Amino acid sequence: MKQQTFLFKGLSRRRVEILDAKTKDKLCFLDKVEPNATIGEIKSMFHKSHPQWYPARQSIRLDPKGKSLKDEDVLQHLPVGTTATFYFRDLGAQISWVTVFLTEYTGPLVIYLMFYFRVPFIYAPKYDFTTSKHWVVHLACMCHSFHYVKRLLETLFVHRFSHGTMPLRNIFKNCTYYWGFAAWMAYYINHPLYTPPIYGEQQIRLALIIFLFCQIGNFSIHIALRNLRPPGSKTRKIPYPTKNPFTWIFLLVSCPNYTYEVLGSWLGFTVMTQCLPVAFFTLVGFIQMTVWAKGKHRSYLKEFRDYPPLRSPILPFIL
Amino acid sequence: MTAPGTSKAAHSDVAPKKKKGPGALATAYLVIYNVVMTAGWLVIAVGLVRAYLARGSYHGLYYSIEKPLKNWYSFIPIYVRLLSRVSGIVPSSVVLTGFQVMSRVFLTWAVTHSVREVQSEDSVLLFVTAWTVTEIIRYSFYTFSLLNHLPYLIKWARYTFFIVLYPMGVTGELLTIYAALPYVQKTGLYSVTLPNKYNFSFDYYTFLILIMISYIPLFPQLYFHMIRQRKKVLGHVEDYSKVE
Repeated sequence: MKQQTFLFKGLSRRRVEILDAKTKDKLCFLDKVEPNATIGEIKSMFHKSHPQWYPARQSIRLDPKGKSLKDEDVLQHLPVGTTATFYFRDLGAQISWVTVFLTEYTGPLVIYLMFYFRVPFIYAPKYDFTTSKHWVVHLACMCHSFHYVKRLLETLFVHRFSHGTMPLRNIFKNCTYYWGFAAWMAYYINHPLYTPPIYGEQQIRLALIIFLFCQIGNFSIHIALRNLRPPGSKTRKIPYPTKNPFTWIFLLVSCPNYTYEVLGSWLGFTVMTQCLPVAFFTLVGFIQMTVWAKGKHRSYLKEFRDYPPLRSPILPFIL
Repeated sequence: MTAPGTSKAAHSDVAPKKKKGPGALATAYLVIYNVVMTAGWLVIAVGLVRAYLARGSYHGLYYSIEKPLKNWYSFIPIYVRLLSRVSGIVPSSVVLTGFQVMSRVFLTWAVTHSVREVQSEDSVLLFVTAWTVTEIIRYSFYTFSLLNHLPYLIKWARYTFFIVLYPMGVTGELLTIYAALPYVQKTGLYSVTLPNKYNFSFDYYTFLILIMISYIPLFPQLYFHMIRQRKKVLGHVEDYSKVE
């Protein structure tokens, strides 16, 4: 009889205590927790006793300074005894990725149009509500608007996010960046004293082709990445080229969405408008995306033993 | 903004970290650097005093130390700190150190050197004096720390003088920038106007005003940080002596 009790230990209810990671104060004690409970469920239980800490802002770990446990981790598979001790850190107010993306992309769309239509108080009063005489300025407006509308639609219908939320302060940081740059670029492109590209029509046409090519490319990559992941899941798999030629770049690059974004869309826009602030925005974006691409590339390498060795993070063979 | 003796960088830039001290060679290199910098700022201090005694007034003293200030004491720290960081000798806060050095270079070159008319302003002397006294104390502090023989007086001076020197330096810097404004506007110095083929413009006058405004959020932060550091570094020593 005693042996049988020992074997059934795995089925017995556990106790969970949650301590503050910094002060080690006992914050919560949960009795009779099912061994197959997930961290996500434990977070919900903790939330009930501490309503100010909704699950998204809880970081639960085994060690005060350790990594956060994932919501999917199951209690009985963790290295804890019948009484599990977890440490809690408050991640601060959280906001959903979708909300952040929608806000940060709507801004540039609206702001650019305000400059395009020469809303009062931006340029000299005699220019209010006039339109530029250069057709490239109209083209640029269409491209810029198209780009952000595409991003908004992708946020709503295409992207599948790993994390639900990010810290609240990010929205201020991100919006300042996107909105600020959009205003800075739009100011010059739609300025009454704007100078069109030196090489005229040829330059604009070439730039437009590059821009459109890379918009399609970037979109193809987003679709390919979405299809790697079943709806509502957080699985991670190695992306591979599909039948769509725009995805063949996966052979050489880990994050071709960034490649298309920088090399194509924004470089194209820079050439199209021949505007230094746009070049600057492209450069800053390139630096940021390179950092992200390198990070992603590194986590691919860590997670998958058979990761294709030919691939570079963002630029084939270079970076 | 320079802020004499200020900033988190001031502690972490070329001073050894407590946990992992530099090796013997690195220590020697750092000691030499700090001794040279102390000596350098002493040269400026001596230059200022001598010129004052010779002229009988403090007007135009900038010219007597212009060369060492510009050529030696803006760029040497940049190169040495860059070298230190690249070679990994001193793990320092890149952003804050860079910020402090860049702001000093900015004041020296982009304002004082570029706008000749402000060079005879008294405000220039104000910040040069503040920087000089601060740097002499600071580099001696680092030198002695590296040699593990830090006299309490130096430590006390480093964490006390800033109370007066920081506002003094900031005042001098702001007044200098303010004095430069009319000349910048008149001559369009460093400014680019439309139309041009790069579709870009830059108004140095507005830029200087924005720099001045940036002192408002930045100065109190750095100043109160130093005050907190002072409590931490000098505070417990005073408590200890009270117990005695």
